[in-house]
Amino acid sequence: MGQFGIGQPVRRKEDTRLLTGAGQFTDDIELDGQAWAAFVRSPHAHARLLSVDPSVAKAMPGVIAIYTGADFAAAGVGRLVNDADYKNRDGSPMRKPTREVLPTTHTRFVGECLAIVVAETQARARDAAEAVEIEFEPLPAVAGGMRALAEGAPLVWPGLGTNEVVHWEYGDAGKVEALLAGARKRVSVDLVNNRLAPSPMEPRVVAARFDAADGQLTVWSPTQGGRRIQQMLAKLLGIPAAKSRIISIDTGGGFGVRSKMYPETVCVAFAAKTLGRPVKWRGDRAETFVSDYHGRDQVNHAEMGFDAEGRVVAMKLATMVNVGAYLSENGLRLPMDGGGRIIPCVYHVPEFYFSVRPTFTNTVCTDTYRGAGRPEANYITERLMDKAADAFEMSREEIRRRNFIRPEQMPYKTHLGFEIDSGDFDGTMNMALEAADWKGFEARRAVSEKRGKKRGIGLAVFIEGAGSRPLEGMRVRFEDDGGVTVIAGTYSHGQGHATVYSQLVHEFLGVDYDRVALVNGDTANSPETSIGTFGSRSSMVGGMGVKQACDAILVKARKIAAHLLQTEAERVVFEAGVFSAGAGGVTIDEVARASRDPARLPEGVTPGLDEETTYKGDSENFPNGAHVVELEVDPETGVIELLNYVAVDDCGVVLNPFIVHGQVYGGVAQGVGQVLTEDVVYDEAGQLLTASYMDYGMPRAAHMAHIDARFNVVPSKSSWLGVKGAGEAGSCGAPPAIVSAVADALRGYGVRHIDMPLTAERVWRAIEAAKSNKAA
Amino acid sequence: MLYDVKMTVNGAAVAGQVEARTLLAQFIREHLRLTGTHVGCDTTQCGCCVVHVDGVAVKSCTMLAVQAVGRSITTIEGLAAADGTLHPMQEAFREHHGLQCGFCTPGMVMMAVDIARRKPGADEKTVRHELEGNICRCTGYQGIVEAILDGSAKINAARINSAEA
Repeated sequence: MGQFGIGQPVRRKEDTRLLTGAGQFTDDIELDGQAWAAFVRSPHAHARLLSVDPSVAKAMPGVIAIYTGADFAAAGVGRLVNDADYKNRDGSPMRKPTREVLPTTHTRFVGECLAIVVAETQARARDAAEAVEIEFEPLPAVAGGMRALAEGAPLVWPGLGTNEVVHWEYGDAGKVEALLAGARKRVSVDLVNNRLAPSPMEPRVVAARFDAADGQLTVWSPTQGGRRIQQMLAKLLGIPAAKSRIISIDTGGGFGVRSKMYPETVCVAFAAKTLGRPVKWRGDRAETFVSDYHGRDQVNHAEMGFDAEGRVVAMKLATMVNVGAYLSENGLRLPMDGGGRIIPCVYHVPEFYFSVRPTFTNTVCTDTYRGAGRPEANYITERLMDKAADAFEMSREEIRRRNFIRPEQMPYKTHLGFEIDSGDFDGTMNMALEAADWKGFEARRAVSEKRGKKRGIGLAVFIEGAGSRPLEGMRVRFEDDGGVTVIAGTYSHGQGHATVYSQLVHEFLGVDYDRVALVNGDTANSPETSIGTFGSRSSMVGGMGVKQACDAILVKARKIAAHLLQTEAERVVFEAGVFSAGAGGVTIDEVARASRDPARLPEGVTPGLDEETTYKGDSENFPNGAHVVELEVDPETGVIELLNYVAVDDCGVVLNPFIVHGQVYGGVAQGVGQVLTEDVVYDEAGQLLTASYMDYGMPRAAHMAHIDARFNVVPSKSSWLGVKGAGEAGSCGAPPAIVSAVADALRGYGVRHIDMPLTAERVWRAIEAAKSNKAA
Repeated sequence: MLYDVKMTVNGAAVAGQVEARTLLAQFIREHLRLTGTHVGCDTTQCGCCVVHVDGVAVKSCTMLAVQAVGRSITTIEGLAAADGTLHPMQEAFREHHGLQCGFCTPGMVMMAVDIARRKPGADEKTVRHELEGNICRCTGYQGIVEAILDGSAKINAARINSAEA
């Protein structure tokens, strides 16, 4: 509908505010009379707490209170629990230790909160935190997941007798092994999916206020929608959920890691409630590194068997995922509920055996980070396909083509019970190959060779699962001034929901784009049935919520319009915001005004035109795409330079290509970061070596190439809008495409794989090792 | 011990009392309550706090407030015209989707204006390298780089026009 409707590249409403310094992030909020909090954090990866003595610190100037694990236990503060229910093959349950908000007996990772100090200023609080005396008895620690599974490894939870959370299995191992043994070709890969720090640019901040008069707790913090945090916090503190209110005005990036409940939130809220005084904590970057949940950290062994024509007959996959010291909300689920939704990705694999061993280590928890299990899954299948291409001496595109799930096989039931409704993997790949001039590559390789550079081209075809938990409430309200407000529980923290929802309301109700506003980020007004923004879901579940509310509004508005026009509802035509019948017409704004006056309503119609609705879908959606990357490796230094990047995405119907392209670029950059620069490193004693941007390699502008992003639109059948989530696709495509390209560049040396991150040092070492192997 | 500081911020004379250790970023945010300048790291890497000091981009987390005495500071709040008209670089960021969550944005824009001043006519590669000290986690930098190329061209064209006039 015109330049502001569905599919238009509308510029964002959010921008002027954010570009002029008028954004309001949590640290920009100052509460009247606020005190400051600082945390005492564990310097040990694993230790017994022999004593925690705050008496010296308490006597320091400006100190208001100090709370330790003992205080929390005495006050009856609840524990952080995980509600997963995976079973070992023998039917025995997973191991499920719960987490104290502040531990009383042991600390299990470096940076764990051990006490909260509240003082008049931040400096006073930090000084006093250093004076809290804690006597530790250090215990053996283990940081690496594979090491933690080895015989005799230090135990994170000695009482459990193992670091393995569960050994979950799917499929028939014997049958798959027989098929692999009998296959014409059998290929295997061993892959490290490096641990990442999600690192939103806004460090974590919490401010809390408690109003004793009405028992109302209000917490300001960066989130991805506060509903779940509201409920968890209420439970932990033993207050009614209605008395727990979470507000995020602006949030500086989420990426999965801001949707979680952290001990710091509970501690600050507890302090504010107990003291009856507002308390604020501002995490610095180092604290954010040690305490924000991390992402990825898998080790995978995978094998595929192929028949004589290069078609997959079976696959087996063994996954270790390092979950950290405690069970976070989702960490252990990611291989099964994240990657498991799509594995074995875009390929038809008749028989599949899958085993997952989530593993405790003395590190901070891992949990969802952009893609959350799907980048890992696609990386596995894409590395296998490249290996198979080598084995068959077939092109990388041909081996894929022979194995794609074809459109006529859809809806396609995945091994773990999900249903891929749509997708054109071959067509999408062909678009990407063409856009990247795949066929003309060898000429470009030769040019680079003359300059002493090793040029490579890589391909990845991937699939995503988006829009999980398709349930979302949405409210649409008519204002007195003729504007319309969308009140959502989805929460825009960079995705441009104010813009896209306005486009939708404009499209459906004909209200001027500029007169539509979005209210989100406050549990006090978000619909009860809302869940929030994560897993590339808001365009589908939020968009459908808006659509459903608008539909209901139109049904009622038509009746009122008919009454005003003195005709039958069936005779009323609605177009561009105007109800008309013959020569007469009323705008939706006039109908909204009339709807408030019972005297102007037809019989049986209740006053008001506002609607609250809950979208409940049957299934999620499956965005997919093909990325082709071209790069050069400097064999003298191992430095990789990206030259061209083509991203063809099928994210279904595109509501705003301007914003969706932005999501693709950002996802690709996080994928590029994973491949080239990012790596969370703990030493063997469990000390975090990468706790600043000096040590942790965030991708910079110069690491990126210009991305040529295109769409192959195959509407999703999962919802009326036909959208597929776009937020996480880039992080799925970039890692396998880039590793494939580097392996292609280094083909001449015989280097066929390097584990991520492909730092210059690793690449250089791989080249040197290959050279000396050849010489020997 | 507290020190008196006086400086010009966004064209207005300001004064305050600070500790010796107070950073310029803290003075701007906490004393002046200009919260558009953000702090995203502890190690001078992220660039969210970039402001202009006498017209030159500076990471305000890495300068003491007492070092800014007598200087003229411009923050993101002082970039647009008094009537609210966006600076050409702000407009370019809006036009090219140079921001998503908006946290790195103020520092990014202040840096971008500085790049336009120092490197008129810079190509894409130069702009990418100039952004070494500014981290964005959302945009993949693509919209930012496009915005700087476009905004820079417009700023410098306007500069040439006004010089010729």
